[in-house]
Amino acid sequence: MAEEVILLNFWPSMFGMRTMIALKEKKVKYEHREEDLINNKSALLLEMNPIYKKIPVLIHNGKPVCESVIQVQYIDEIWSDKNPLLPKDPYQRAQALFWADFIDKKLYVCGRKTWATKGEELEEAKKEFIDILKTLQSELGDKPYFGGNSFGFLDIVLIGFYSWFPAYQKFGNFSIEPESSILMDWGKRCMERESVATSLPDPERIGGFILQLKKLYGIE
Amino acid sequence: MGEREEVKLLGTWYSPVVARAKIALRLKSVDYDYFEEDLFGSKSELLLKSNPVHKKVPVLIHNNKPILESLNIVEYIDETWNASGPSILPSHPHDRSQARFWSAFVDDKWFPTLIATTITKSENAKAKGMEEVGEWLLLLEDAFISISKGERFFGGEVIGFMDICLGSFLVILKAREKLKGENILDKSKTPSLCKWANEFLADDTVKNVVPEIDRVVKFMREFEAETQTRA
Repeated sequence: MAEEVILLNFWPSMFGMRTMIALKEKKVKYEHREEDLINNKSALLLEMNPIYKKIPVLIHNGKPVCESVIQVQYIDEIWSDKNPLLPKDPYQRAQALFWADFIDKKLYVCGRKTWATKGEELEEAKKEFIDILKTLQSELGDKPYFGGNSFGFLDIVLIGFYSWFPAYQKFGNFSIEPESSILMDWGKRCMERESVATSLPDPERIGGFILQLKKLYGIE
Repeated sequence: MGEREEVKLLGTWYSPVVARAKIALRLKSVDYDYFEEDLFGSKSELLLKSNPVHKKVPVLIHNNKPILESLNIVEYIDETWNASGPSILPSHPHDRSQARFWSAFVDDKWFPTLIATTITKSENAKAKGMEEVGEWLLLLEDAFISISKGERFFGGEVIGFMDICLGSFLVILKAREKLKGENILDKSKTPSLCKWANEFLADDTVKNVVPEIDRVVKFMREFEAETQTRA
């Protein structure tokens, strides 16, 4: 059966990176369409994700799947014959989903504050950011990947943020290095995978993008 | 697997998300020990140990292993006791992604907006919030019609994932309607959802599991009075 897989994406999105990596890990042929979220969202995006109007949107044989974590689960279930991404064991799967939710609710929000806030709020955010990284690091433990010996779901959920870490540190004027060296090693290990290396942008570009956002939102 | 299963659920009687876990356990006929937590007083050692990150309920503890977050718990129950009752999640991956999408929408947008309208002191913000809640109910009405395909529930003939997710908020919604004299779930605007709501609350797996509306009305009234004296 001819499969048609389209991914509507925006290059800096750490969420879009997840779906790209999952598709690549499963060796799925797909068409990548870059959205211009700042100026002009495409008619297809608005049609396929009318509620949130956000990327990434995965369109499989004309049917949309929205939200990156849901997309990774979908990709794992549809292309289940190779490279399993989620753990098979229900308990480990529940754990992985818990940490994915933690990353989305805590890391994303806090990371944004490192470039979008200043003064007291920024100082609080920097402390919280390091605490979050320590929590994730302790979850990783001495395993090569979050899932154990194989690269999997939780690694995919977190790795996009690795491309944003240098920018967070630059704009927030702080260093995460000494406290999170194990996590940084994990990041480097993931970057050795082709699916990751070809999906994450150059951190320098992220810096430029943040400058663009700050100008757009009038943040100094 | 002949060993004796040990299943514990930590929760509070009024929490809609705890009700989700109870309904799922009921659907699979799983025996469990329930522990009522006093979240306003002192959280138990077991809760703090099992959920050190968020310290919230529900927590499902299966053979000493904690599972957190209500929707994760429902999926876990569905997978672990898959042979013991009807499937809670749909079988096709696209239908599963839809169920997960709408559940996330209810949890991240619809319900928080509804709750915000009870807390806000700004009449303007309240009106805007209620308008959004109403618009989103129209979306959920469309989703129900499309997903249920004429059956009683989102899950078809039997309660499924999306029913549990949205249905768990019905008691609070109806309690709020009673307390404030509001009409949030409006038969003239969302007739299918209204019918679904009655079916859901009357279902055997739900009716003795969710709290009584009047008990929640009393709780809300007391909670409101207390927060006002503290403010």
